[in-house]
Parts: sequence; structure tokens; C-alpha cells
Amino acid sequence: MSVVAPHPLVAASHGASGAAPPALEVSGLSHAYGPKHALHDVSLRVMPGEFTVLLGPNGAGKSTLFALVTRLFDARQGSIRIFGAELRRHPGQALAQLGVVFQQPTLDPDLSLRQNLAYSAALHGLSRAEGRRRAEQELARIGLLDRAGDAVRKLSGGQRRRVEMARALLTRPRLLLMDEPTVGLDAASRSFLLGHVRRLCREEGLAVLWATHLIDEVDENSRLIVLQEGRVRASGGLRDVLAEGGGGTLREAFARLTDEAWKGGA
Amino acid sequence: MSGLRYLRCLEGITRREALRFLQQRGRFFSALVRPLVWLLIFASGFRFVLGVSIIPPYQTYVMYEEYVVPGLCAMVLLFQAMQSSLSMVYDREMGSMRMLLTSPLPRWWLLGCKLLAAVLVAVLQVYAFLLVAWFWEVRPPPLGYLLVLPALLMAGLMLGALGLLLSARIRQLENFAGVMNFVIFPMFFASSALYPLWRVREASPVLWALCHANPFTHAVELIRFALYGRIEPVSAAVVGGAMLVFGALAVLAYDPAIGGIGRRGAPPNPA
Repeated sequence: MSVVAPHPLVAASHGASGAAPPALEVSGLSHAYGPKHALHDVSLRVMPGEFTVLLGPNGAGKSTLFALVTRLFDARQGSIRIFGAELRRHPGQALAQLGVVFQQPTLDPDLSLRQNLAYSAALHGLSRAEGRRRAEQELARIGLLDRAGDAVRKLSGGQRRRVEMARALLTRPRLLLMDEPTVGLDAASRSFLLGHVRRLCREEGLAVLWATHLIDEVDENSRLIVLQEGRVRASGGLRDVLAEGGGGTLREAFARLTDEAWKGGA
Repeated sequence: MSGLRYLRCLEGITRREALRFLQQRGRFFSALVRPLVWLLIFASGFRFVLGVSIIPPYQTYVMYEEYVVPGLCAMVLLFQAMQSSLSMVYDREMGSMRMLLTSPLPRWWLLGCKLLAAVLVAVLQVYAFLLVAWFWEVRPPPLGYLLVLPALLMAGLMLGALGLLLSARIRQLENFAGVMNFVIFPMFFASSALYPLWRVREASPVLWALCHANPFTHAVELIRFALYGRIEPVSAAVVGGAMLVFGALAVLAYDPAIGGIGRRGAPPNPA
């Protein structure tokens, strides 16, 4: 039983569940770095309350997809909608509903946890008082309220990841993007992060796109998108992906889906 | 998006810059020591070599130390602008820039806030330098300390905008050494910061023309005149114009549709 109050925006969206647009809708997205194609005609959907795993080996295009969805730069082709708001046309409206944990750390190691979160709150236009209140709330949720005044550099890798997540949730996003959030973490920290995010999906209706190359982060309730060399190889529930990958375990199916020779014959 | 949110964002970015500055005390001391070395050693050594005739805004002959102080104020702004630019490149490489750029507020506003925050920190450094210079008996009129503020802000914004533009174009931290050789040194030495331009003209008319075309020269003159209670309209126009051009180019360079981070190359850790 959770004692955490649902995020107001998420709660509001539940009221209009029938007509709710997808949390994230990517259509025909292609991008290249010079002559090197990173994404080819990628289309995907993440619905509110859904935990979707974006599974792909290193270099599959996951980080590029995240960079485009967070509008670090615009795609050459295709469109991205966040809760119906087209990212290029209404970036403010779209980004206001988005929380992101990037693969690279974004916290300032010399500032305290509280100062880092206050900065993030200010970037979203929250008042100091509101920023402080939410920072304390989020730090309490991740069990680090007692470290609020410590510099980030004093934290362990796992604790820093938790703070990154608290930062991403500070603005009450309805869609959370997490790019390889468990890389370099021990088993306990990984388990905490996964458990916390899954609980937010289940209890608060948060939509999550979780990028990883680790198959053991997929559970049977997850939706899956398999990305390889910038193309979506398979998507759907676990059974759909297993069927597309020729059956067996997910590890075997994933290996087949991302194997060049198998693709050639498919 | 209400106007209040924009102001909160400005306040947050300024507070962060101030906190970072306060925590990096070494940065403050090196920013202060640099112009002081020029004033206390270089200017003292050259006071009898580099004579300065009566040139506006000075009413009489001035000691070389007095002449060089506005140029050193501009030097503080120039180095702070490049330091801020370097910090932007570092933040981009380390990933923390992403937090700024994924804000729902317009990118031009975010960059403007970042620029203004860095300039405010730089202006504080200039006043700290002017305080030490006062003890070295370089004492402009008291009103000059107030009137120089808008000139410092304008010059700081112009140089900061240039730094911002450079930070968008520089792909790696290592490439920043080139900025030292190709931007800071030429801008500083090909200006009126250390010697009056009539002396440069005697030596080389071509160099004189280059110095005149250098916006840093106009930043120095804007500060020099303001410090003595006068406005130099040509310099004000050049600095204002350059500030707008550099600022617009920087916003374009960071525009997700045109520049953006990582546009020209793969992300730092593609996955």
C-alpha cells in the first residue's frame, strides 16, 4: 500500500481516460549524423500508465531517440507527440509534461541535493517555495531527505541515480524517459530504481519509456520495443516479441532479433 | 506560460551561477590576480616607456596605470566570458547541459538567463578589481563607479554572447585551447586596452584599422569613457550591435532545428 499522493497532473489525466492521447507517439522518425543513419522510420507509442522497455544493444539508436524526444535537436524526418502536443510546434507544452533521466549524469557534483533540485525546479518556472516543498517530497520518496544538504559528490553512484530520478519527477511529469538508468549500479540500487518506477506506473499512472540493453530488466507485464541499428525490430507484449523473435526465452528471441544473419532470412 | 515563470527561471540560473562562483574561490582569486599582475607589475614596469598624451576622456596627462585600468576591466569581462563558454562546453560534454535545454521555457530565454547570470558574476569581479586599483591610487571620479555599470553590463553581454556562440561551435573541451590563441589574445592585444590607438597608427596603419574594427576596442573605450562620466556613442553603438549579432548567432547555433547539441555528430555515448 503506497502512502504517496498521486501527482496532480496524472490524477487529472485519469479523469479523461477515454479520450486520453498516447503519452508518447513517435511516427516515421528518421535521423542521421552526416552520412551515418541512426534511426530509420521509427514509430512507437507509449500509453499513460504503461511501463515500456526500449530494448537494444549498444549503438541501436536509443540515446538518439531520447535526444530527439527531449528536443536536444530536431529530427530530420517524422513527428513526436507528447500527450498530443507536437514537439516541434509546441515544445513548451510538450516538454512541460516530460521528465528525463539521461544516461549521463546531469547533477552538479559541487552543489547540494537541495540546490540541484531547486535549480531544476527554477528551470521549469516553479517558485522557490514550491521548488523546496517538492524537492523535500521527492527526496523523502527516495529515502534521501536526510542527505538534502550534502554535496552530490558525497553520494554513491546508486544514490546519485536516485537523485536524478527525484529531479526528473520534481516537475510532476506525466511521461518519464529513462536512458540506461541502471548502468554501473549494484543489484540493490537497480532493484530499487526499477521497483520505484514500476510502482509509479502502477499507482500513479505515470508513463515510462525505459531504455536498456539488459534483458533481465524486462518483466512479464512490460511492453517491449526492440531497437536494432535504428530500426524497430519488434514491439508489443512479451508474448508478441517472443513470437516475432522465433520463440524460446526472451534472451534467445532478442539475440535472434538483433542478429544480422537471422534478419536476412526473416 | 506566465511571465513570472520566466523570472523564476532567471533567478534560479543566477543563483546557481553565484553558488558555483562562491564555491570555486580559486576562480575568483585567479580572476582578480590576472588584472592585478598587469596593473601592479606590467603597468609599473612600463610607466616610463609607454607615455600617454592627453586623449579623451582624460583632461590631463595620466599615469600609464590609470590608462590601463579600463582595459583591464574589459580583460576581466573577456576572461570571464571565455571561462563561462568553457564551462558550457564542459557541461555539454558531462551531460549537465541537458538539464538546461530540456526546460519547457524557450531556449533563447534559457541562454539569455545563462548569459546574464555569468555577466553579473563578471561585473562583481570588475568591481573587486577597481577596489584594489583604488588602493593603488587609480581613482576615477566617484560617480564614474556608478556610471560604468551599464557600460560593463553591455560589454559583458557582448563578450558573453561571443563566448556562448563559441561554446556551441566547439565540439570538444580540448579544442578550447584554440580559443585562447585565436580569440582571446588577438582580441586583447589588437585593441586599445594596453596602448592608445594613435601609437598603434604610428607603427602600422593596417594594425590600427584592425584595432578599430575589433569590438573589444569599443568595449574598452565604452568602459573608459563611462568611468570618467562620459558616453562614447560610436563605441556604444558598436558594442550594442555586436552584442545583438553575437547573441542572435548563439541562439541560432543552439536552436534544435539548426544547431542544437550533438547535431553535427553522434551523442557522446550513443546507445
